[in-house]
Amino acid sequence: MANMQMEKTPMPEQEANVRNANFKEVALGYTLEQAQNEAQRCLNCKNKPCVSGCPVGIPIPEFVAKVAEGDLAGAYQLLSDANALPAISGRVCPQETQCEGKCVRGIKGEPVSIGRIERFVADWAAENGIANVATAPKNGHKVAVIGSGPAGLTCAGELARMGYSVSVFEAFHTPGGVLSYGIPEFRLPKAIVKREVANLEKMGVDIELNMVIGKVLTITELFEQGYEAVFIGSGAGLPMFMKIPGESLVGVYSANEYLTRINLMKAYKEDSPTPVLHNKKVAVVGGGNVAMDAARCAKRLGAEVHIVYRRSEAELPARAEEVHHAKEEGIIFDLLTNPVSIEGDETGHVQSMTCVRMELGEPDASGRRRPVVKEGSEFKMEVDAVVMSLGTQPNPMSYDGTPGLEKTRKGCVQADEGGCTSCPAIFAGGDAATGAATVILAMGAGKSAAKSIDAYIKSKQ
Amino acid sequence: MKKYEIATKKVLTPEISQISVYAPLVAAKAKAGQFIILRVDEEGERIPLTISSAADGLVTVIYQKIGGTTLALDQLNEGDCLQDFVGPLGLPTEVENVGRVAVLGGGLGCAIALPVARALHQAGNQVDLIGGFKTKDIVILEEEMGQASTDLHICTDDGTYGYHGFVTGKLEELINSGVKFDRVFAIGPLLMMKFACKLTEKYNIPTTVSMNPIMIDGTGMCGCCRLTVDGEVKFACVDGPDFDGHKVDFDEVIARNATYKEHEAKAKEKHLCRLGGGAMNG
Repeated sequence: MANMQMEKTPMPEQEANVRNANFKEVALGYTLEQAQNEAQRCLNCKNKPCVSGCPVGIPIPEFVAKVAEGDLAGAYQLLSDANALPAISGRVCPQETQCEGKCVRGIKGEPVSIGRIERFVADWAAENGIANVATAPKNGHKVAVIGSGPAGLTCAGELARMGYSVSVFEAFHTPGGVLSYGIPEFRLPKAIVKREVANLEKMGVDIELNMVIGKVLTITELFEQGYEAVFIGSGAGLPMFMKIPGESLVGVYSANEYLTRINLMKAYKEDSPTPVLHNKKVAVVGGGNVAMDAARCAKRLGAEVHIVYRRSEAELPARAEEVHHAKEEGIIFDLLTNPVSIEGDETGHVQSMTCVRMELGEPDASGRRRPVVKEGSEFKMEVDAVVMSLGTQPNPMSYDGTPGLEKTRKGCVQADEGGCTSCPAIFAGGDAATGAATVILAMGAGKSAAKSIDAYIKSKQ
Repeated sequence: MKKYEIATKKVLTPEISQISVYAPLVAAKAKAGQFIILRVDEEGERIPLTISSAADGLVTVIYQKIGGTTLALDQLNEGDCLQDFVGPLGLPTEVENVGRVAVLGGGLGCAIALPVARALHQAGNQVDLIGGFKTKDIVILEEEMGQASTDLHICTDDGTYGYHGFVTGKLEELINSGVKFDRVFAIGPLLMMKFACKLTEKYNIPTTVSMNPIMIDGTGMCGCCRLTVDGEVKFACVDGPDFDGHKVDFDEVIARNATYKEHEAKAKEKHLCRLGGGAMNG
């Protein structure tokens, strides 16, 4: 008989007013007892609606049932067979719109907290030194993966498991892509990313750092070196700006820059050689997960922080949990507000941002109600920093000039759902193909592409 | 040789040194005008340095000991390895035979002007290389610059060597003496490039500048190195570092490059203290 408790079993977390001054992980994870209690809420539906919501197809009811029984090793086996990075997706997936969004328990009450159980199982395995690193015997085929973010790592892991020799080329000095430079320590500790990467290395994946493909080697040269297929998982690319006056004043950051300084370069630490400005009042423009991350970082560096977003709360693209956490931590939400210019002092430092109030009109092409400027609503916010978190546009550096490789109208790599591109030996997935999206969609794309690569290489024999 | 090993190190002046680093893949691709990003140690900052020359698996860069990172870099010697060394980044300088060109180098900028002048010279241009320094004692690369140009003009601010005055003064003198330049390349401190562009604008000479804004990734991800060119935002790391100097908003870059001045001063002081402490202890 399932546990009919209506709400999710709460997960312990750091107090909001303590954690908003440190970079340690916010959510502390379930105990075995809590995980089992939550797992017992699963009704083990025959038609498994949750699985249909999972981009990597985890056998959810099965692994949750193993947790309920107390067979954690069995749960980990099922989970990690389907998902190469469970400790990461358990922390950063937007479960409410995926597996948990389809959960029958969510119709009356709250869905089963699949994400928290997933995280518990992955952390339990790591604490007990268990890693699913078994691979098929080496098949003698070489594949190159460009980028070591969620798409690249997943693709590499899947291929290594099938017996391929995989080299991952990373431009930065640290692997992980957005998992390392973008998502903050308090949401995804870097030790976990390291651990997941180390597991891939145990599977024989070779990770080459400081390799900017397109510059030091081209895709054509990778083929000349004997790689039979190339997966492009180079990520989203160039940060976008609003094209309003004052965007290059000192104190205006792209979210990518702000987060990279803090997360990858550890600028939040007192003795870090890489600096970041410690501001008094910061406006973060945008409403996605990246905006929430930037806002919560700024708060931890001691600022009063405002999220400035042109639509209303219902349209915020960020995960519900991130918005909730941000509010708890004291981030102020200036919704239906849009910047029109940023003003500086005589030394070129940000002094204020002029905004207008918005109201929602008719739905636009995206189906969301279009924000319209309220006449005469202009006002000034006194701020000393602005973080622009408006998304990204494709950076074609890694693949530009590759003969026959087609791009989308926006400049991303043209790829189908299986990651196949206009070149038979080139595959792509994640933000490089779709434009900015989520970690789990990138992981799903990496996994699909690995299947396509396997099919392609087998078809040549 | 080990990955990123310092094969040779040469002290050019008390403030400026040159190192050649073993990075064969980078060396094979490097072209004039491109840069690398390096880190000295595991916690280190990423700093961009323009490639001075590249051959036989070695990439040569020249640095000035101005901040914590360059001071830390200077602690390494031949046989030591850098933590990271990535490149070649940015677009190469467009080298074509346009006729007669002036290449202006300011101080350390001469290290970057050198490969550009060499490439232009090899492409068949008549090259006037104008290298400016504060004083005679800190003149670097004189012999190399001589070989890379048709005419080398050394300038010193204090008149202790060569032309007495700024590179812009020498350039204007040449123009006034009747030399017709088809193109000018200005590489050096932001103020020098700004004034060089003001001058060449007056004489209507197309001018390329090599911008050196603050960078982190150097691959177009962070947007830190953005600058305004002809009213549009450009990223120096992927769209540059070379730009049409008459269209660059220099004042904006000058302000942006001073963003972390306080931090840099502190880092330098801290580093010097640490060095002092080390010396006393040992």
